[in-house]
Amino acid sequence: MALSLEEVRRIATLARLRLLPHEEARLAGELSAILDYVQLLEELDVSGVEPMTHALASAETPFRDDEVRPGLSSEEALSNAPAREGTCFQVPRILE
Amino acid sequence: MSAPPPLGRSLTELSAALSRREVSSEEATRAVLSRIEATDGRLGAFLRVTPEPALEAARASDARRARGEATSPLDGVPLALKDIFLTNGVETTAGSRILAGFIPPFDATVVDRLRGAGAVLVGKLNMDEFAMGSSNENSAFGPCRNPWDLTRTPGGSSGGSAAAVAARQVFGAFGTDTGGSIRQPASLCGVVGLKPTYGRVSRYGVVAFASSLDQVGPLGRTVADAATLLGAVAGHDPRDQTSSQHPVPDYLEGLEDGARGLRIGVPREWFQGGTEAGVERRIREALAAFEAMGARLVDVELPHSKYGVAAYYLVAPAEASSNLARYDGVRFGPRAPARSLSDMYGETRDAGFGAEAKRRIMLGTYALSAGYHDAYYLKAQKVRTLVRQDFDRAFERCDVVAGPVSPTVAFSLGEKIDDPLQMYLADVYTISCNLAALPGLSVPAGLHPGNGLPVGLQLVGRPFDESTLLRAARALERELGPSPAPEAIG
Repeated sequence: MALSLEEVRRIATLARLRLLPHEEARLAGELSAILDYVQLLEELDVSGVEPMTHALASAETPFRDDEVRPGLSSEEALSNAPAREGTCFQVPRILE
Repeated sequence: MSAPPPLGRSLTELSAALSRREVSSEEATRAVLSRIEATDGRLGAFLRVTPEPALEAARASDARRARGEATSPLDGVPLALKDIFLTNGVETTAGSRILAGFIPPFDATVVDRLRGAGAVLVGKLNMDEFAMGSSNENSAFGPCRNPWDLTRTPGGSSGGSAAAVAARQVFGAFGTDTGGSIRQPASLCGVVGLKPTYGRVSRYGVVAFASSLDQVGPLGRTVADAATLLGAVAGHDPRDQTSSQHPVPDYLEGLEDGARGLRIGVPREWFQGGTEAGVERRIREALAAFEAMGARLVDVELPHSKYGVAAYYLVAPAEASSNLARYDGVRFGPRAPARSLSDMYGETRDAGFGAEAKRRIMLGTYALSAGYHDAYYLKAQKVRTLVRQDFDRAFERCDVVAGPVSPTVAFSLGEKIDDPLQMYLADVYTISCNLAALPGLSVPAGLHPGNGLPVGLQLVGRPFDESTLLRAARALERELGPSPAPEAIG
């Protein structure tokens, strides 16, 4: 199935990727080829098959008690911030 | 020039020499650091070497040894880590420009346990960006080469880990395996690589790619080395909800029990002409060797094998598109200058991600988008169930399943990088093990009769039965002799 350039742009917007025009064109071709390949699954009748939504039996991974435990300090959490103000991450203005 | 002593030793041998005090950890660490300095300009296995903290850890180990307090087999042993494990205070990039300069404020649980065992961590290893790739060519920081032939790739995504162990730069390494990323480079570089059962090793502090598939595992020169490394990190971690409470056995126990009585399943679907002749010859010889050692070969069927790659390339990109949403320039990593928040997201991500990461984010976003979720992601999860059921049925008749790891030996740099689908098909034999959440291992099965490059045999086992995989692999290793050192790197 061929993915159009408009479709590629729509997905890029959803994925918060600002692609350059040559990237859009290349991805349209590559994604179409990959989607053609995964059409192979159309051969399979999966009606009545449960999806494998967990890779481990739930008995293997019981919940722990919901207790407050020490985590990163705000200084540690902010140590890689590209921009900060006080104990906050700073980002460009959202509301004009 | 070949690797000088003590680099000629396996991890197990070094560990014994350290306890006999024939060599100190500082001597071993200095030898490792000189070896890396002498060879890594050509190999490219390391993204970063940390000599000072390594020597400090080595001297601390020697001091423990002198006081009689060094009890772990890894105490004083120089190791290295794929750059996907967070290391407190040491830059961690996962091979991506979008994490350039990121200094984690904490250690991954695996790192914590290795430090606790006294291991000497000498640096961070090259990898495909976010562990996406089968050749290490998707690293944002330059390729890694195969120590057997510097014009070829080491495989991927844990290419640096396999290359460093094969080139005798370190005594062992850790990688991660989402669709074959430990086993395939281990096969292509002639070392032992083990992907444990999903949930066997904590993933806390490991940069996430596809969370229902990712698993941490060791790469070693010998089967015993891999067993020792796994034992040091396996087990429940309260900080990882997907880590299992299943008890951890002593992986060295029963390692020398041999292959007598083992039932080895040979899946018809893995021997249908998709493998290069020289590789298939070594795989068939390995199976014959098992038979000669008293194992029984059993024909089994994995009828959904042919759907594995298609299911995987829906599940993994879908999960990746979600996991990689966090790289947005807000909390860490470089930020593109922009006037609005949405421009900042878009431009940071376009500049920060490489071509393969973008391809997978796009594919995954599409597969999860409105109207497509059921046709793609849900369908692929149902196919996972079928793949797992195939293995469950096979394990009613056998103890391990055996076949090739990779359809070819190491391929040339540049050979597949422009054809994503061809690169994905390199994972055809390794992917089903991840989809089924089972343990899998690659053990050297000799060299290709034509070009002398390494061939790995894959063994897949029942959930949490790493011990049987290791025992079978050890039997083959004893029969074939240890894998030789590659000569190309000198």
